[in-house]
Amino acid sequence: MSEANTNAVLSASDVIQCRNISDKKVGLFVTCLVNAMRPSIGFAALNLLEQAGCSVEVPQSQSCCGQPAFNSGDDEGTRQIAYQTIEHFEHFDYLVVPSGSCAAMIKKNFIEVFKEQPHWLARAKHLASITHELLSFLVDVCDFEPAGVKLDGTYTYHDSCSGYRSLGVYEQPRKMLATVEGLTQKPLNGHSECCGFGGTFCVKYSDISNEIVAEKTQNILATDAQYLLGGDMGCLMNMAGKLNREGHSKITALHTAEVLAGMTEELVSVKNAGK
Amino acid sequence: MQVNKPENFNENVIKALSQPNLKKVIRRTTDKAESKRAEAVASFPEFEKARLQGQKVKDHTIKHMGHYLAEFEKNAIAQGTIVHWASTAEEASKIVLDICRQHQAKTVTRSKSMLGEEIGLTHAFDNSEIERIETDLAEHIIQLAGDPPSHIVWPAMHRSREDVVKLFREFHKDPTQSEEIVDLVASARRDLRAKFLNSDIGISGSNFLLADSGSSCTVTNEGNAELTITPPKVHIVTAGIEKLVPSMAHAVPLLRLLTRSATGADITQYITFHNGPKRPNDADGPEECHIVLVDNGRTKMLANGMKEMLRCIRCGACMNHCVVYKHIGGHAYGSVYPGPMGSVLTPHLNSLEVANKQTHACTMNGRCEEVCPVNIPLPSLLRSLRAQSWEQKYEPLTNRFFVNVFAQVAKRPRLFQFASACSLIAMKIFSRNGWIRFMPMASGWTRNRDLIAPDTNTFMQQYNAQQKAKKLTTKP
Repeated sequence: MSEANTNAVLSASDVIQCRNISDKKVGLFVTCLVNAMRPSIGFAALNLLEQAGCSVEVPQSQSCCGQPAFNSGDDEGTRQIAYQTIEHFEHFDYLVVPSGSCAAMIKKNFIEVFKEQPHWLARAKHLASITHELLSFLVDVCDFEPAGVKLDGTYTYHDSCSGYRSLGVYEQPRKMLATVEGLTQKPLNGHSECCGFGGTFCVKYSDISNEIVAEKTQNILATDAQYLLGGDMGCLMNMAGKLNREGHSKITALHTAEVLAGMTEELVSVKNAGK
Repeated sequence: MQVNKPENFNENVIKALSQPNLKKVIRRTTDKAESKRAEAVASFPEFEKARLQGQKVKDHTIKHMGHYLAEFEKNAIAQGTIVHWASTAEEASKIVLDICRQHQAKTVTRSKSMLGEEIGLTHAFDNSEIERIETDLAEHIIQLAGDPPSHIVWPAMHRSREDVVKLFREFHKDPTQSEEIVDLVASARRDLRAKFLNSDIGISGSNFLLADSGSSCTVTNEGNAELTITPPKVHIVTAGIEKLVPSMAHAVPLLRLLTRSATGADITQYITFHNGPKRPNDADGPEECHIVLVDNGRTKMLANGMKEMLRCIRCGACMNHCVVYKHIGGHAYGSVYPGPMGSVLTPHLNSLEVANKQTHACTMNGRCEEVCPVNIPLPSLLRSLRAQSWEQKYEPLTNRFFVNVFAQVAKRPRLFQFASACSLIAMKIFSRNGWIRFMPMASGWTRNRDLIAPDTNTFMQQYNAQQKAKKLTTKP
């Protein structure tokens, strides 16, 4: 067997073992919420991945991970969305997503809808094996340590459910945030309790969702932190939207990647200009 | 109290959220349960091992259900118990009532059993000439109040101490004037004691059925199961077939998980294994014992890819930790079993058409699965019920329409990118100072919170522009 062939049969888990390989080919899955609602998270992700030594590509052919269809029970719709995600990302060394719930969707749930299609199931399994949530990827795979990042103030951290429970993201963002000069953490009571977003849940059961997020914002305000950080745009939109509705403008919600990429100054000034 | 129906879930939710004190009384119980469970798990280092063991015991028994049911029946008969089989709720409650009528029973005492509620036994008695006496303190409270249970472990958790004071003053023969818990309990004890001793028939549920001995096990804190079962001449057990375990050795790990997950206690005050009627040399005990083994949708669950749900030991941890349950309470579900486990069970006990909304009232946050003592993948079971509901077209047409449009657009990335760019233009129209307070089509969101309004183009538009600019500058 030639050397090239040997490489071809290496499984993705073998690749993950090789921590110091340079030039990791990463496909960035931007996510639909980041794409439309908060492009800066996408640029922060790009910036961090490049700092960590990855060569990053953003495939043009990408849309949504399919959670709205999957969580509504529309398996066929989910498959239709998953086909093109698999096709456009399976050739990368890694698929990286700046969201725990979208990463968990691709990593854990694609295989659920391909149970009766062995060919696609195999491809979905491969994609699952190379898919990572951004913050955990930076720490676990890239051994990345941010350097020279400054932000004066205090932050509290919301652990989004999918990242925390499905993917075990907890230490990684905290570890990186600890390197940020001037930033101190304030523990959040109920840090891993759902914020009430839940994708389509928050519009289907808006009033229940409201009760949940109202409690969340009380806990957030009790920390007296200046920044609310997290790793999922959906949850951040929900909590920030509730805080703004209640008139609390002193706390700013940011994605952890935005902080680590040193993009806070322009973002914070944009937000405060509107007040 | 008017009983809620599962098909009216959305209306039930509105009603629940408008009750000013409901959340407070729910939280008084669930917060305590949550912290006590956490303490119990922290001081039980083998917890993870135990739950894997518990899961295996249950899975094994479910896999060999036919074998163990036959063994249980044989051994129960050998003990002198009369075994009945019921495939539906109606059949089960008819069997129980027929036994009571054969014995011309005037009063029956009942220790708490969710299965009894499930098979409609409470209503069946209330519509008969036989008086039903609930002996569990919480069941006693809701019987006086005329409420259905709102939790599977604390059925009266929706009632405050003030409510209980009022109820006891109204219904107890010799009510206490005190509002102290200890005096209220004493009042209930005085009221119930004579009823225990004069009951014609005692009816209990079962936490575990032991196949190798034909015994049934009850787990209580009040000793009311023992007092329900021992004095009357006849004892009837009603139990779901999923309560089966091979032997006492198999019940013990589940017992350790059950008490810790339910109340945070290492063990309850009373755990009793009931072994058929009184034997010749026994000092007391019933002269006749019946056990009614109930299917009521359980084998349907096995066939429907829901076999993990049959592991459930009814500890209530999933509802104590559910953000939705904690805000709407048990009655909103409109079914005997509320919360995550109830949302999986009800479609099988009732029908998916009637109970599909509950499967959507979940944020998929995974907390229930995280605390489940037998590792039931509740979120994925709920998701799979949503898929069945989608297939059967039970969802409102508007939901189906939006999801269909979304999926059709999302499967075409370029169209999706175009739609995203268009949505930003629409948002800019409604945006004030970077936030949207109201926007048509997004009112589900803007009813309760503001929507962040980006003043930029989409990531893809910006990224592509940057790439283009890079290419231009690098060209010689």
